[in-house]
Order: sequence, then C-alpha cells, then structure tokens
Amino acid sequence: MREFGGVRAILHGIPKLRIDRSLIRTDHRVAGTKWLASLGRRDIAGVLYVMPATLLVLVLFAVPLILTGWISLHDWPLIGDPTFSGLGNYKYIASDPQFWTSIWFTTRFALVVTPGTVLIGFGLALLVRRVLPGIVALRTAYFLPVVVGMSACSYIWYWMFNDRVGIIDAGLKSIGLIRQPTEWLADPTTAFIAIAVITIWKSTGFSMVMFMVGLHEIPEEVFEAARVDGAGAFQTVWRIALPLLRQTIALVLVLAVIGSFLAFDQFYIMTRGGPQNQTISIVYWIFANGFVYYRLGYGSALAVVLLLILLVLSAIQLRAIRHPAEA
Amino acid sequence: MTKTLRRGSFYAFASALAVAFLFPLLWAALSSFKPPDEAVASPPTFLPSHLSLDNYAKLAPYGAGIIRHLGNSALVSLICVAGTVVTGTLAGYGFSRFKFPGRNILFVGILATLMIPFQSILIPLFLVLGIFHLTDSLLGLGLVYITFQIPFAVFLMRNSFDSVPRELEDAAVIDGASTLDILVRVMLPIVRPGIVSVALFAFLAAWNEFLAAVVLLSKSENETLPVILLNVQIGRFGTIDWGALQAGTTLAFLPCVIVFVLLQRNYISGLTAGAVKA
Repeated sequence: MREFGGVRAILHGIPKLRIDRSLIRTDHRVAGTKWLASLGRRDIAGVLYVMPATLLVLVLFAVPLILTGWISLHDWPLIGDPTFSGLGNYKYIASDPQFWTSIWFTTRFALVVTPGTVLIGFGLALLVRRVLPGIVALRTAYFLPVVVGMSACSYIWYWMFNDRVGIIDAGLKSIGLIRQPTEWLADPTTAFIAIAVITIWKSTGFSMVMFMVGLHEIPEEVFEAARVDGAGAFQTVWRIALPLLRQTIALVLVLAVIGSFLAFDQFYIMTRGGPQNQTISIVYWIFANGFVYYRLGYGSALAVVLLLILLVLSAIQLRAIRHPAEA
Repeated sequence: MTKTLRRGSFYAFASALAVAFLFPLLWAALSSFKPPDEAVASPPTFLPSHLSLDNYAKLAPYGAGIIRHLGNSALVSLICVAGTVVTGTLAGYGFSRFKFPGRNILFVGILATLMIPFQSILIPLFLVLGIFHLTDSLLGLGLVYITFQIPFAVFLMRNSFDSVPRELEDAAVIDGASTLDILVRVMLPIVRPGIVSVALFAFLAAWNEFLAAVVLLSKSENETLPVILLNVQIGRFGTIDWGALQAGTTLAFLPCVIVFVLLQRNYISGLTAGAVKA
C-alpha cells in the first residue's frame, strides 16, 4: 500500500511534459500506422539503451575471453612476435611441478576454508535468527569483514601474525600456550593455517547472510509444527531446516569453493607465495607467469585450465546437491 | 528466571563473537592513533596512552605521497560508480521496457559472464588495454572495473525496472514523453534504491580491488591505495614502519565500513536480489 501512495505522489509531482500533438490523431487508420511505426522506433531505442553496457562487456570481457584461448596456443612474449605452438603449453602444464603444487595447495585450501565458512556461517545464521534488541548490530558485526578489502585485511593480519610486534604471539605467550614467538609465515603449515583463518574470518559473514535469506524463506508454520510435534532444536535443524535449505546450501558451497580457488590477495601479501613457493595458489601462478615472467602464452593456458576446473567443480557440486542419491 | 539467564548468556556469547569478528579492524584502527613506538610495543598496550597522528604523518611520504594514492583510489572508484550506474541503469531500462530482437539472448549472455572469473582473462585484458593505450591509466582500470560490475548491475536494475507498474509510463506516453523523459522523470525516483545498491557494490569493488590494480598499473604515481601499501609492508632498509602500515590499512578499510553501515539496507537487498531466484 505504501508503494501506491508513493506512486500517486510521483504522479502528482511530474512536471508538465510537452505534448507532441502530432501523435494525436482522430483518423483511426493513420493512428494505427503511427503506432506501428512508433513501436519500431521504440525497439531501436531499446538497443541504444543496452549499447554501452554491451559494448563494454564485448570489448573488455568477451574479446579477452576468446583471446585467452587464442594466446594459449602460442609462445607469446611481451615484446616480439608470438609463435604458434598448438597444444605445446598444455603439454608443458602436465609436466610443470609448480602447477601441480599450486593445484594441490589450492585444493587443500578450498577443502579447509569451505567447510569452515559454511558451518560457521550457518551457525551464525541460526544464532541471529531471533528478533531481539541489538540483533542488527550483531549481524552487522559478523558481516563487516566481508565488505572490507581482502588486501587491507591481509596487511592487518600480516601485522597481527608477526612474531615480534603481532598480538597473536603476544596473546598466546601470555596465556602460556607457547613459550617462544612463532614465525607463522615462515613455515608452510602454520602459514597455511594463518591464511585459512583469515579467509574464513572474512567470508563467514557472507554465507551467514545467504543462510539467513534461506531460513527466512521457510514459513514459520513449519517450525511451529515441529515445535508442536515436540522436536528439539537439533532435530528441527537437522531434519526440517536443512533439507529445505538445499538450494541455499548448494549456492553457498559453489560460491565458497570458487572463491577459494580464485584467492590471490592474501597469498601475495602474507607470504609472496613462500616459503619456497609452497603457498602459491593457482591464480598466483597464472599471475606470476603472465606478469612476472611475461610468459603470456603459458599463463593463458593455465587460465584456460583454471576455467575448466571451475566449470567441472561447479557442475559436480550442483549435481551432487540436486541428486544426492546418484552422487 | 531461566529465561533471563538464557537471554543473558545468548548476549554474552554473541557479543564475544562480535568482538572476535571486529577485533582485527578495531585493533588496527586503535593502534594507528598510538604514538609510533607504542604501536610496536611488546607487550602491546590496549588503549593509546595519548592520541597521536604521527603514524599518519609517517605514512604520508610513501610512494608519490599518500594523498595522491588516496586520490587515485577515489578517482578510480568514482569512475567505476558513475560508469556502472549509468551503463547499468540504461541497460536495465532497455532490457525491461523494450522488446527488440535478441533481447533475451543478450541479457542471458551478459549474465553468463558472471560465471567467468576475471582472473582468467587478465592476460588478454592487459593486451587489449594496451591497444587502446589504456594500460597504466586510472581510466583504463576504471573501465575494467565497470565491466566487472555490469552483469550484476544490469541484473539488479532490470529487476528494479520490472517491478515498476506500467500504468505510470502509460500516463507519460499519452502526454507525449520520449523514452528518455520517462526514464528520468518517472522511473528514476522509483528505482533509486536499486541504483544506490549498484553504486555501493561498484564503490566497494573498485576501492578494495588489488590484483587488477597490480597488473594494470605500472607507474608508481598511479597506484591505488591497496597497491601502494605494499611499499609500506616491505619497509625501508630492512625495517617496517608498523605504525604507518596500521594507518594505511585504517585509511583503506574505514570508507568501506562507513559506507556499508550507512547503506546497509541497500547492500543486503542488493545481495539478496542476486541470490534469491526471482
């Protein structure tokens, strides 16, 4: 009802528009032709309206996408002529140890970060479901890391994890958990843990909101009925809410996995891919080949492989969620 | 009695979690206002003994001057917001209100680009921008950012326009208004929340973005804030000015926090419009 009031207000507020009297006809036949003609003109106007967006997407997205494939079939230096090499880059990928290290590392990273993000996010969504004073402030607090940039977060945590000036080692030492400060980022395992913690911390709020939306769509009567039937909190969640949340879970999972596979900022800033190139994610490896070593052909081939991996992963996940029996 | 206890323990637990989530940001901001030696004191103090802007002063000379880099980030964000809002609104209007051949295919095509991560097209993007002499240019970077935002913006704006009742335009059409008149005078006020959401996402994306900025900008003067902070992180002559780093990251995240807290409703409605199948 509020909308109609607003509409009326807008209607009253429209300034007088110039009346094009040439459009007003008393002769029906002429009016019909004019209407047809103006329909054509209107359609073309539509094309004009979508033109800027379409052009940008074409030039700065579609064309580069096709070029990625094209460049991947060449040895393409930054200066000088590219030479066609067919599937040579792809063959090289298979024997590139850093590629496999990066794939394995990124996969492990996704396997750790995704459950963390999804489970904690779901827990938070359940926590903030109630309507209580101050609940919005709590939701905002949990969500805030999501809107801040990953780079800013990485610099902050880089400082916090530092062995000399960071608060984490200072805190752990004062509790008595460790005696010497740990150089978190100098060892591959602790670096992995540190970066995983940052990523989970930053992404959880997002899955929380997704689950909030999903839970919101379940009619309250369902929960009422469960309560009447004597279902406990755990049963309600496990047997009633979760099955109804299948679409949401699928979406959250796919986004979390893709997000983990595309991670770059935190690795670059926290460890520069070290120690000994052990924390180089797959996007980092593409970046290194493309813009540090300027092996544009090889970098593009890696990018194509990444695209295929993501496509396959998304397809598998969506299928597994939709038909759990077959999976 | 137990209800109060349960309510109390809920708040205690939830608040502790909130502090945990906010801690890194609060800690960095707080420390940035400490005097420089206190910022790196070990064991660290919690509240600053006295407020000091020294860290910000020591941040100022990095790169081409931190003011310049803040300006770069602001400029690129402005380009992204303005460009995304304009192209997204125009396209949303076009897809919503006009029936031209190929309209559905084009719309689906634009949305399909959401499936393609920009990280995989950075290399050719670098070359394409090079052809237009737009590498190492904030305008080039801005155009790239706009392009990344377009699919979401077009989707959101088309939805916004779809929900405007047609009766409104009919009245204007009868009065002889042009399509542009209708857009600006009738539709724009109604779809303003959608525009705000689009602008908000565009700003956050541009302000925070790191990888494309590293790749597409080469001259140091043009670097945006996230990139120039690399210099602060690396430090000079083997020592890192942690206070300056804290000041820099506070400058980096504070605008996002402010803008989000002010426009929370638009952010969430923008998110959920994308997540919930219409």
